Amino acid sequence: MSNYIGQSIKRREDDRFITGKGKYTDDIVLPKMTHLAFVRSPYAHAKINSIDTKAALSHPGVVAVYTGEDCGNFGVPCGWQVNFKNGDTMKEPPHPLLAVGKAKHVGENVVAVIAETLQAARDAAELVEVDYEELPAVTNPNAAVQPGAPQVHDDIPNNVVFDFALGNPKEEVDAAIDGASHVTKLNFKNQRLAPNAIEPRSYIADYDVTVDKYTLYTSTQNPHLIRLLMCAFVLGLPEHKVRVISHDVGGGFGSKIYHYSEEALVTWASKQIGRPIKWTSDRSEAFLTDAHGRDYVTTAEMGFDNNGKIVAFRVHSEANLGAYLSTFSTACPTYLHATLAQGCYTTPLINIDVTATFTNTNPVDAYRGAGRPEMTYMIEHLMDTAALEMQIDPVELRKTNFIPAFDGVSQPGYQTQVALQYDSGNYHATLDRALEMVGYDQFRKDQEESRKNGKLLGIGFSTYIEACGIAPSAVVGSLGARAGLYESAHVRVQPTGSVSVFTGSHSHGQGHETSYAQFVADTLGIPMENVDIIHGDTNEVAFGMGTYGSRSLAVGGSAIMKSLDKILEKGAKIAAHKLEAAVEDLEYAEGKWTVKGTDKSIAFGDVSLTAYVPHDYPEGLEPGLDFSSFYDPTNFTYPFGTHIAIVEIDKDTGKVTLKRFIACDDVGNVINPMIVEGQIHGGVAQGVGQALLEGVDYDENGQMITGSFMDYAMPRADDFPFFETDRKVTPCPHNPLGVKGAGEAGAIGSTPAVANAVMDAISHLGGVKDIQMPITSERVWEAMNS
Amino acid sequence: MIPAKFEYIKASSVSEALGLLDKHGDEAQLLSGGHSLIPTMKLRLNQPKVVVDIGKIPGLNSISEDGSNVVIGANCTHHQIATSSVVQGGVNVLAQTAKEIGDIQVRNKGTIGGSLAHADPAADYPAVILASGAKIEVEGSGGKRTIDATDFFLGIFETALESNEMITAVHVPKSSGGVYLKFSQPASRFAVVGCAAIKNDSGVSVGLTGVAGCAYRASAVESAYNGDAKAAAAHAVDGVEVMGDNFASSKYRAHLAKVFTERALNALG
Repeated sequence: MSNYIGQSIKRREDDRFITGKGKYTDDIVLPKMTHLAFVRSPYAHAKINSIDTKAALSHPGVVAVYTGEDCGNFGVPCGWQVNFKNGDTMKEPPHPLLAVGKAKHVGENVVAVIAETLQAARDAAELVEVDYEELPAVTNPNAAVQPGAPQVHDDIPNNVVFDFALGNPKEEVDAAIDGASHVTKLNFKNQRLAPNAIEPRSYIADYDVTVDKYTLYTSTQNPHLIRLLMCAFVLGLPEHKVRVISHDVGGGFGSKIYHYSEEALVTWASKQIGRPIKWTSDRSEAFLTDAHGRDYVTTAEMGFDNNGKIVAFRVHSEANLGAYLSTFSTACPTYLHATLAQGCYTTPLINIDVTATFTNTNPVDAYRGAGRPEMTYMIEHLMDTAALEMQIDPVELRKTNFIPAFDGVSQPGYQTQVALQYDSGNYHATLDRALEMVGYDQFRKDQEESRKNGKLLGIGFSTYIEACGIAPSAVVGSLGARAGLYESAHVRVQPTGSVSVFTGSHSHGQGHETSYAQFVADTLGIPMENVDIIHGDTNEVAFGMGTYGSRSLAVGGSAIMKSLDKILEKGAKIAAHKLEAAVEDLEYAEGKWTVKGTDKSIAFGDVSLTAYVPHDYPEGLEPGLDFSSFYDPTNFTYPFGTHIAIVEIDKDTGKVTLKRFIACDDVGNVINPMIVEGQIHGGVAQGVGQALLEGVDYDENGQMITGSFMDYAMPRADDFPFFETDRKVTPCPHNPLGVKGAGEAGAIGSTPAVANAVMDAISHLGGVKDIQMPITSERVWEAMNS
Repeated sequence: MIPAKFEYIKASSVSEALGLLDKHGDEAQLLSGGHSLIPTMKLRLNQPKVVVDIGKIPGLNSISEDGSNVVIGANCTHHQIATSSVVQGGVNVLAQTAKEIGDIQVRNKGTIGGSLAHADPAADYPAVILASGAKIEVEGSGGKRTIDATDFFLGIFETALESNEMITAVHVPKSSGGVYLKFSQPASRFAVVGCAAIKNDSGVSVGLTGVAGCAYRASAVESAYNGDAKAAAAHAVDGVEVMGDNFASSKYRAHLAKVFTERALNALG
């Protein structure tokens, strides 16, 4: 039987995706389905004096119109509780399905209009009259905590959600910074980003009165989590009465983790009107209301001794969470961020201090990397900046500070100053390979030469690490997560030997239908065609926590492996019976059990048939070949790697051109190299997008001025060179596949490499100050000419 | 797209279209390629009661030569212009400019008449239309007239077209060796600054787009030019109120205007 693991097998799901035959939520049309349009707040902050819905209600085709007053006390919960430093519970104001009393950001749902057609719903929505009284707005997280700032929630002073610290005692860190022979200090604005999944959010709710059951079709990354949150925390529905389906989903990047108010609203309203309701976001609504990412204002300092050894790292940030708390927003600037402050360096003293704030902006949530790109950007940008300041080669500075290689098996994991224990790592290996790929020594010569000709070439490094495969439930529970982060898998072997795998992880672009089938087929020694992967339906899959945090294979895949072990263990008993041998005398390979040292064997399909037609069968053994498992990881996983960017800058205009991008990543074992490479490519594109192009901007009134693709600069293919990628393999020591996760690595590692390359290109001009992202042509030009 | 309700009428002749404009007045708008009108209707920023589709009117999508001019029908798409051997042979800089507009989808639908009538301050064509000294042929119920390019663009989305007139063709004088260089806005790829330069008998003519409320002839550059591109380009924004936005402040945009004017003049050789 062929060995599928390690092969770049073309994705099975792509046939339907690229021929337009995917089954996305908006493709679904139900009998008697109605359509919903929202009236959204045009103001960032406004008192709602009154709402007149009469004209909308009498518009032809309108079925119902709802305001916040109609929706009872339903509110959307936050999924992660972070306490104040003094132990007080974080501020968690109500998050109504439709605004009540005040609108708190542009685009907030105020009125829902349901009609026979989308046209009628949109037309009637224009007839709703809302009497707003505009209030002063605040959009910057640092401004939000200043005395006298507008208050987003009337009862939350200074807009502080919580304050938070992690690491060594602050006095020790302060003393080390004070005593350092060199301190590099930078101010950062890690800008807000719009995730821009290609499929806009779409929901259909269908209440069936005859059985008192609800079905919600939703474009989510985690259907069971949506069902749990909506049933238990929003609408008070019994979970067995609610089915959540999310078949094909066109990208998420974190923005489809969040249990959105619109999901609960359509579900509730479907029962009110007794008919299915569809709502699909348009692109304008997506810009305004899909959870954004990032948005921190930070001061960070790194202290070094006179050998270039880091002695301490100190950070203070204000993190903007928006007007309400989304599902994971509170975890992003805290436990998914501060815990990564060790980087891949031996920094002995670290203190991370974060104040999370409310502002009159759209809520943020996890976005590809979720807290880790922000930390990585700080550390890696500080490293190259410090190298420039101290006149040390950035490669040497890293090598001086790297944690030595450890495999996590014969050598223990590495205990950081910020709560985590790294599983395994070999940071020199990816750096050395990347240097070889880029031809570092030659580049420095070329750079020298090109400067003589007036050209501005620069190189930037990023030796990142990240924490993914989230996460051990007890660990995250102790840190405030309101859910476990295990995964479930159910493997059903049919009588004729074909296999259905039901996974609680969710594919919205990751290619699970292919990569999962590869390792299942290999483990069972059967053809891949005999394996189907099923996800995205709470009626089919027992339970699941979904896909985010690069967790699918490391956690979801491990759960599948546990079920496969049970299948093979039971299969061996049946095989032993049929072969009249002892279980210990059997070996399993290439899809059959063989009595060791003989040619007596029985194939997997014959065993499965016997399990379902148990005429000649082991005594006391249950029929059937069908197992469920739950896998709770014992640790996070820690992929790492080296990214190198080479840029050229147009001296006259400041325009940055990315000339080369080299990525040598170590994501542990790899099932499908093509899919992993695709993940790295996509992640790098998003990371470079943040460095050079993207950014959500609000004006002083809280109006979004980047609300379309004409104004929000998404990267395009012609913004990039061909990426040069390679991999090293340091297996994860604590999960059965030895995998670490590749979904976010590209977005985490790439951003600082690009920013560092820009600074490397122009810092020799003298007097050049650090440039905030996105590093636009104008900002570079200003930096060169100030 | 879910726009506000409107009546759609497909005109089969210029006179029918003009009759409809007269009949419906401000409530009617013309649709050709749809790349300016439709986005605003999608956002309901624009809610015409009547949309008059002139996109299939016979005779408005041809390209021909008329003595020293290339004559381009108003309904010619950017793709048609970019790939027309008549345009490439007669006024290649216009073909090259058309190739720079939007993406393949936009170039296959968008038309030169629609673009000029819309008069987006960052559109590409106006720089070349101005530099080449083109004339815009328009027709209203009162008859035909031609408008010099220099008199056509009046301000942001504002032209010399009367509300009951439509563009029927553009007459572009033949030239050789002209250049159009632009600095693209990274999101829309419209011009932050676009400079067209064309040699003529008395020196050069220069058109700039993206810089101000509407594209303009940089006459101060033209009169200063004596072979020193840098010195002449220093006059690129003389007397011009330079725009500033999220992608380029007015200071930076003015600088870019000079850089691209210099580069265009140098590229002329």
